[in-house]
Amino acid sequence: MTISPPATGTPALELRSIAKSFGSVVALSSGSLALHSGSIHALIGENGAGKSTIVKIIAGLYQRDTGDFELEGESVDFKSTAESKAAGIAVIYQEPTLFPDLSVTENIFMGRQPTLSLGRIDRKLMREQAVGLFSRLGVRIDPDRPTLGLSIADQQIIEIAKAISLEAKVLVMDEPTAALSGVEVERLFAVARSLRDEGRALLFISHRFDEVFDLCDTVTVMRDGEYISTDPIGDTSVDQLVRRMVGRDVTTLFPKEEATIGDPVLVVEGLNQPGIFHDVNFEVRSGEIVALAGLVGAGRSEIARAVFGVDSYAAGRVSINGRNVPRHNPAAAMTLGLALVPEDRRKQGLVLESSVAQNTTMAIRRSLSKVGLLFSNAENSAARIWASRLEVKTSALDTEVGTLSGGNQQKVVLAKWLATKPSVLIVDEPTRGIDVGTKAEVHRLLSQLAGEGLAILMISSELPEVLGMADRVLVVREGRITADIPRADATAESVMLAATHSQEATA
Amino acid sequence: MTTQTTTTQSSFGTRVLHGAGNFAKARETGILIAFVLVVVAATVKNPNFLFSNDGFRDLLLTPSILLLVAVGQAVVIITRNVDLSVGSTLGLSAYLTGRLFIDFPGIPILAVFLIGILFGGLLGLVNGALVAFARVPALVITLGTLYIYRGINVWWTGSDRINASDMPKDFLALGTQQFFSIPVLTIIALVVLIAAGWYLRNQRGGRELYAIGSDPGAANLYGLKVTQRVLVAFVVCGALAGLAGVLYAARYGTINSQAGSGFELEAVGAAVIGGVAIFGGSGTVWGAAIGAFLLFTINRALPILGVQDFWQRAVVGVLIIGAIVLDRVLSLRQSRKLVEARDN
Repeated sequence: MTISPPATGTPALELRSIAKSFGSVVALSSGSLALHSGSIHALIGENGAGKSTIVKIIAGLYQRDTGDFELEGESVDFKSTAESKAAGIAVIYQEPTLFPDLSVTENIFMGRQPTLSLGRIDRKLMREQAVGLFSRLGVRIDPDRPTLGLSIADQQIIEIAKAISLEAKVLVMDEPTAALSGVEVERLFAVARSLRDEGRALLFISHRFDEVFDLCDTVTVMRDGEYISTDPIGDTSVDQLVRRMVGRDVTTLFPKEEATIGDPVLVVEGLNQPGIFHDVNFEVRSGEIVALAGLVGAGRSEIARAVFGVDSYAAGRVSINGRNVPRHNPAAAMTLGLALVPEDRRKQGLVLESSVAQNTTMAIRRSLSKVGLLFSNAENSAARIWASRLEVKTSALDTEVGTLSGGNQQKVVLAKWLATKPSVLIVDEPTRGIDVGTKAEVHRLLSQLAGEGLAILMISSELPEVLGMADRVLVVREGRITADIPRADATAESVMLAATHSQEATA
Repeated sequence: MTTQTTTTQSSFGTRVLHGAGNFAKARETGILIAFVLVVVAATVKNPNFLFSNDGFRDLLLTPSILLLVAVGQAVVIITRNVDLSVGSTLGLSAYLTGRLFIDFPGIPILAVFLIGILFGGLLGLVNGALVAFARVPALVITLGTLYIYRGINVWWTGSDRINASDMPKDFLALGTQQFFSIPVLTIIALVVLIAAGWYLRNQRGGRELYAIGSDPGAANLYGLKVTQRVLVAFVVCGALAGLAGVLYAARYGTINSQAGSGFELEAVGAAVIGGVAIFGGSGTVWGAAIGAFLLFTINRALPILGVQDFWQRAVVGVLIIGAIVLDRVLSLRQSRKLVEARDN
């Protein structure tokens, strides 16, 4: 890098000690950031570090609870995205937000189309400007086609064209490269550099260190909703940044029991689904807890869903105890002994309006029913066993599940699946949104189950959980398993590096 | 949305011609062909269907009131909403028209028109405000106001009825009068249609209605004035139903508490048949207009073609389902084509 950050003068955009909570969940405790004109600033941090919350506050989508937000030295208070836009801030979100029915050109200029007399839209001029923007970006996209069916990369380009046409002073890009190929990334970077040279301030959020070091001149690290550090990129290194991102000591918070590891139970070979995951191979042995680590959006949940049969896949083979699991058939997977505790327990794991007993026995209803009728005492006695074993804290089995705490809800979901007596348990983010005490209980339970010979595949975005619980860590990056790290070698650094960096760096 | 234009739009004339060119390629074409076929078939069977003075007049006149309501409905559906109360709004506005002539003898006809439109707009505003601020689906809100408005109508009208003799001759003449053999009602409807079509295509506000219907979440992120636009769509829809009510009074002369009931379904039907996607974001008022023509013309043509009563209703149902299936097939084909174009 030859550009040194112009750290002097009034920042184009500055955030100081911004806090934002949603109910009791603190998304951001003290976020600080200063963007300067003619600079590309990187913002990095683990999942849940508060990066996206910062972006949404800058965009006017969220309003900060406390802290200062200044634009060119003036304090601002955006109530809506329109206000932020009008102030010269353009935001490119991770997921492009376009109108599928409308043409590419209309998508770029919606709400501010060039007009003729009587407010008539000047379609010709608008189209010319769109063509001009695309040629400046060096891309070929038909300006007349609807955005329906465009690749994510092309949609991203349209978002960027939109931002450029806004003449924005501040451009925020939230992981714009996540879905782009190498060539597309280069194209985007060339555009970003030319915008920087025009004197705009850019904020670039990415998990890829090579990109951060290639493109940015300044880097800010966040962790657990807090500002950690800001440095010129030349004064820092990947190792240093990773250490700051991880930060905390990874202690044995989790009572991992030693379990005898037996034969492979779940074997996945050559699983492939174009655009989602590629050539996924792994096995989980009895008594083993295998963690599927990686960044949000890396394709971990998708792999789990395909293995269980919720989603289909193009090629590959899944087997349990040597027996093939048919593709795209969850019922058959359950019969073969597979259980999936999904990520979103409220939507996918529970019927919130039903009782604890009904939820617990949901997956074994058929075996409990007599002559096609299901009696509640059968449900209750089956549920009682699991509720007591998992220490679900509820005064009665007929309590509505929706009224329980997150931790207890998660236990009910676990109970539901354990009641099917599975040989493989897949858990997706088992402790998300659960208080610390219950978290440890869930961990104790998983560990105990492994000790009894269950094969467990655990998806988790929390590094301490991964490192504390797993016998083996599989790191997924962009739909591929990039590292298979045994417990002894698994450290926060090695996992983070494999999740964010190119393969060569971790080898 | 039809296809995009790339040519210079130099004068009104060429624009209309160009519009006609796009028209030929658009989703509306199929429905237009169906309409022509129905007219031709009925005319072959009975030449009076088209070639008598009355036949030609009825062909244009009968669908005109529905056309107005269908245009308003299309505007609302494009924003991914629906207004089921338009039939009740029409009925109330029609009765109000009669009452104005009875209670204020000598009131200018123009004033009655304006009051009818404003009144309809007000009822539309109630719908829009409930939808926009209460954040309840439009289907539920307007189903409620359908009954409320009709209830008010019943309470107000009672067993009373407005007769042709209660209204001035000049006003009633509007209902059947022709101008160069085109009914005045049809001219009014066409003017509204052209204005709405022009606005939706050429004004920022019009395009934003499509954007909102296409993806409401994205519209919010764009900073579009979603609430305001949806509100305006409902007001326009109500105002057009109000105008239709005044014209209904002029056309039929007799108004009881049930005037216009069932119109909401005809209007939704016309829009859907005309290619206005029920999930918003695409379709044109032109399509809705042709849909209105097809719907009413079929009703008149089927008896001539010797189709039984029962089947006449069924044909309308087949049309609606057919239109939806066609839209689905077309959009699947389009998205496949677009994905292919991307991969190549």
